[in-house]
Amino acid sequence: MKLLRRYWLTALAILVSGVVFLIPFAFIIMMAFKDRKQAALLDFSWPQGLHLWDNVVEVVTTRNWMLLTAFINSSILTVASVTLLVVFAAMVGFVLQRRKAKWNGLVEFLILAGLMIPPAIVPTIWLLQGLGLFGKLHGLVLVEIAYGLPFSILLYRAFIATIPRDLDEAAIIDGARPFDVFFRVILPLLWPVTVTNIVVQSVAVFNDFTNPLYYLPGNQNATVQLTLYNFQSQFNSSYNLLFTNIALITIPPLIVFLFFNRQIVAGMTAGAVKG
Amino acid sequence: MKFNLKSMAMGGVGVMAVLLASGAAHAQSVNLTYLIPSGADGVAVAEELVKSFEAANPDINIDIETRPGGSEGDNLVKTRLATGAMTDIFRYNSGSLFQAINPQQFLVDLTNEPWQADVQASFKQVVTAPDGTVRGAPMGAAMGGGIYYNKAIYQELGLSVPKTWAEFMDNNEKIKAAGKVAVAQTYGDTWTSQLFVLGDYYNVSAAEPDFAANYTAGTAKFATDKAALRGFEKLQEVHDAGFLNEDFGAAKFDDGLRMVANGEAAHYPMLTFATTAIVASYPEMINNVGFFAQPGDDAASNGLTVWMPDGLYIPQTTSNLDAAKKFVAFVASVEGCEAQSRAGGASGPYLINGCTLPADVPPAVSDMLPYFAEGGQNGPALEFLSPIKGPALEQITVEVGSGIRPAADGAALYDEDVRKQAQQLGLAGW
Amino acid sequence: MARVQSPARSRPSTYPGWFFLPAAIIYGVLFLLPTFASLYFSLTRWTLFNSTFIGLDNFAQFFREPFLIKGLINTVIYAVVSSGLKVVLGLLLAVLLTSQIAARGYLRSVVFFPVLVSTVGVGITFTVLMHPTQGMINEGLAMLGIKGPGWLVDPNLALISVALVDVWKGVGLATVIYIAGIVAIPQDYYEAARIDGSTPWQSFIYVTLPLCRPATVTVITLSFIGGLRTFDLIWAMTRGGPGFASDTIASVIYKQYQAGFYGLSTAGNVVLFVLIGVLVVPLTMLLNRKEGHE
Repeated sequence: MKLLRRYWLTALAILVSGVVFLIPFAFIIMMAFKDRKQAALLDFSWPQGLHLWDNVVEVVTTRNWMLLTAFINSSILTVASVTLLVVFAAMVGFVLQRRKAKWNGLVEFLILAGLMIPPAIVPTIWLLQGLGLFGKLHGLVLVEIAYGLPFSILLYRAFIATIPRDLDEAAIIDGARPFDVFFRVILPLLWPVTVTNIVVQSVAVFNDFTNPLYYLPGNQNATVQLTLYNFQSQFNSSYNLLFTNIALITIPPLIVFLFFNRQIVAGMTAGAVKG
Repeated sequence: MKFNLKSMAMGGVGVMAVLLASGAAHAQSVNLTYLIPSGADGVAVAEELVKSFEAANPDINIDIETRPGGSEGDNLVKTRLATGAMTDIFRYNSGSLFQAINPQQFLVDLTNEPWQADVQASFKQVVTAPDGTVRGAPMGAAMGGGIYYNKAIYQELGLSVPKTWAEFMDNNEKIKAAGKVAVAQTYGDTWTSQLFVLGDYYNVSAAEPDFAANYTAGTAKFATDKAALRGFEKLQEVHDAGFLNEDFGAAKFDDGLRMVANGEAAHYPMLTFATTAIVASYPEMINNVGFFAQPGDDAASNGLTVWMPDGLYIPQTTSNLDAAKKFVAFVASVEGCEAQSRAGGASGPYLINGCTLPADVPPAVSDMLPYFAEGGQNGPALEFLSPIKGPALEQITVEVGSGIRPAADGAALYDEDVRKQAQQLGLAGW
Repeated sequence: MARVQSPARSRPSTYPGWFFLPAAIIYGVLFLLPTFASLYFSLTRWTLFNSTFIGLDNFAQFFREPFLIKGLINTVIYAVVSSGLKVVLGLLLAVLLTSQIAARGYLRSVVFFPVLVSTVGVGITFTVLMHPTQGMINEGLAMLGIKGPGWLVDPNLALISVALVDVWKGVGLATVIYIAGIVAIPQDYYEAARIDGSTPWQSFIYVTLPLCRPATVTVITLSFIGGLRTFDLIWAMTRGGPGFASDTIASVIYKQYQAGFYGLSTAGNVVLFVLIGVLVVPLTMLLNRKEGHE
C-alpha cells in the first residue's frame, strides 16, 4: 500500500514537473531547429527541416564571432567575481554572526539596504572613471561583487548559525590563529551553502544584462546576455536565431549546475553524517 | 553641481585630445568604432556602408557596435555621452530626441563640411543645435507614417485607396463583411500603437497650421484641440468597430508585417522604414503591399506625415576626428546612398541631392513618392516641429486602442505626460 | 596577521574585525558612495548633463503620477503572491525531494533548471507561450476544451501572470535553500518523534517546520524584497502593460529613468526604498524575534 502510494507520487511528480518545467525548454530547443519563417509563427510545432546547425553557425559567427568573445569575457567575469564574492561574504557572515558588536545593527541595515536600493548607475560610472576602472573587466568584477555581497552574506549568516560555536573555540584552544580557524575549520563546513552561493551568484553574474551594458561598453567587452540584442530589436526579430542564442548561452550555467549538483548531494550527506 | 563640472572638464580634455590627434592621424591605420541600434536590417546597412568605405580608405578600419533600440537605447546614448564614453561615430534619432542629448555640448560641429551643400535643408533643420550649427548627417531614407494595405484584398473586393477617414472606415466595413481582418494592430510591441495618433499630424497641421508652436508654448492641448484629438478618436473607432485582429494585444511588429503581406489583414498602420523588413522577410509578397497616407476628414487636404531619417553624429570626445569625418562624408555622398540601397533596399527618398532610387522599387515605396513629388502634399511629424514628446504615449495609445480608456481621457492623460517632459526640458510657460 | 592582542580578551580576536574590511571597502566605494551621490540628485531636475536644484518638487511630482497608487498596490500584490508561493511550493518540493521518492536527482535538477536561464530568456519564452491565440498554454487548454484567458493582454490578469512566471523561475532556488535547511536537521529529532509515535504529518509540523525556520526567514526575506523591487521580468514580459495595468513602483521608476527624468526617477528610488524599509524591517524583526524564542 505504502509502496503503491510512493509509486503514484513519483509518477505524478515526474508528470507534473515534465509539463511545468520541461515543455518550455522543449519549446526553446524546437525553435532553435526552425528556419526564420517558421520560427516567426512562434507556435509549438515540429520543425520543418533541421536548421539547427545553420542557426548555430549563424549565431556564433555573427558580428565577427562576437559570441565567442562574449563567452570568454563572461567566463572570466563570473569566475573572478564569484570566487572573491564567496570568500568575502563568508568572512563577513562569520564574524557578523559570531561577534555581538554594537555596530552589528548598522551592518545589517546596510545589508538590507543593499538588497533594497537599486544601484545608482551614472554616479557609479563617474566613480569607475575616476578610479580608471570604467570599461575594464576587473572594474565590472568589483561592481558585481559589491552588488552580490548582501545576498551572499545573508545566506552565509543564516547557516553559520547552525555550526556550533564550540568548534571555533576548540580550535583556538588548540592554538590555531583566527585566520586558520576560519579558512581551515569553518569554511569547509560551510560547503553546502557555498555551493548554493556559487550556483546562484555565478548564474546571476553570467546572466547579468544591465551592468555590463552600462559599465563595460565596447564590442571587445561584450558579455553573453548582450548578444541577445543581435537578434532582437524593437523593429525586427529573428526568432530562430534568438532562441538558438538563448539555448547556447544557457549551456554554461547548465554545466556549472550539473557539476555542482553532485556536490550538493555530497555536501548534504556530509551534513547528515555530522547530524 | 560638482559632477556637472566634472563632465564639462572631461569634455574639454576630449577636445584637446582631438586637436592633438588630428595632427598625427595620417601616418598609420586608424581604428574607429561606430555605434548603431541593433536589428538585422540596420546592421546589414551599416556593414555594407563600412565595407564600401573601407575599400576606398584602406588605412581606416571601422568596428560596428550595437546597442538596444527604443527608450533603453536613448538612455544608453545619454549615459555614454555624459560620461565621455561615446564611440567615434554614432547613429541616433533626429528631431526632438536629438535636442535631448545636448548637441551643443557633446557633438562635433559639422556646419562647414563640404558635403553639407548637398544635404537637403529639411534634414539640416532637424539636426541643428539651438545655436544654429548643424551637427549631423542623414543616415537612411525619409519615411512616411501612414497605412500599408494589401493590394490583393483591395482588388478582390473592388476597393479604392481612401482619401478621407470616412472612406477608410467604409472600406474596413466591407473587408470585415467579407470575413477578413480589416486592420492589424500589434500592441505586443507597444511603440506600434502610436501610429494612428502620430501619423495623423499632417491632418492636424492642415486644419491648424499653428498647432506645433502653440503646443510647444503650452497653449494647445490634445484633449481640448478638436483636430489633435481626432488621432486618439480614430484609434478608438477602429477598435470599437471590431476591425482588429483577435490577438492585437499580443501580436508583434513582425506579425503585423506578415499579416498585411500575406493578406491575413487588409491594413497595417506603420512607418515606411518597414518596407525594408517586408522585403527581407516576405520577398515574394512585396508586390501585394501598397501604402497610403492616413486620411483626414477632408479629401482636398490629403497629405503624408513625414519622418526624417536618423542622423550620424561625432562626439567631441573622439580621438580620430579626421577619420570619423571621412566616414560621415562618405555616408552623406551618392556612393553612401548606393551602398544603403544595395544592403537594405531603398525604403523612401534620400535627403541628399543626386541620390536616386533604383528603378525597380517595391510598390509600397512608389506609392509614397507622389506625396514628395511636385504638387504632392507632405509635412513633418510633430516630433520634428516641437521638442516635446511625452514618453508615456505608447502606453496610453495601447489603452485607447484596446478599449481600456476612452479617447478623450487618453488625450488628457497624454497632456499631463507632456507637461512633465516640458518641465524637464526647462521650456518657458510650463 | 598578528596573533591575539591580549589573552584576557581572546573572544573578540577569534572573530577579527578586519574580516569585514575587503567587503566593506568594495561595497562602500562602489555601492554606498554612488547611492549617497544619487540622493542629492533626487532633489534636482537632472538631465545627466546638468542639474538644477528644485527641492522636494520631484517627490511631489512622483506622488502625482497618475498610476502611482495602482503601482503601489500592484507592487505589494506581486511581492506577496510571488514570495508566498515560493515559500509554500519551495517547502513542499524540498520535503518531497528529501523524502524517499524515486527519481530524486532528476526532479531536483528539473526544478532548478529555470533558475539557470536568464530573465531576458525566460521573459521572451513565456511571452510567446502565453500568447492569447497561438500560445502553447492556451492551445493546450483548448485541447481540454477550455478557452484560455489573455494571460498578458488582459489588464486584470497580466500582473498575476508575470508573478506566476516569477515563481516558475525562482521556486528552484527556494527549494534548494529549504533542502539545505531540512538536511541540516539532525536525524535524532525525527527518530525521537517516531518513537513518540508521531505521524509523518506531525513530524513535519513539529520538527521540520520549526527547525528550518532560518531557511524560511532567508527565503521570505530574499523573495519578498526581490518581489518588491522586481522589474526585469515585468519589463521583459509586459513593460508594465497593457497600458499601465501591470506597472509596479520599480517599473514606474524605470520608465521615468528611460524617459530621461533622472531626478524624478531617483526620487522614486528613495520612495521605493522607504516603502521596502517600512514593510521589510518590521517583517525581519518579527521573524528574527521568533527565531530568538526557539
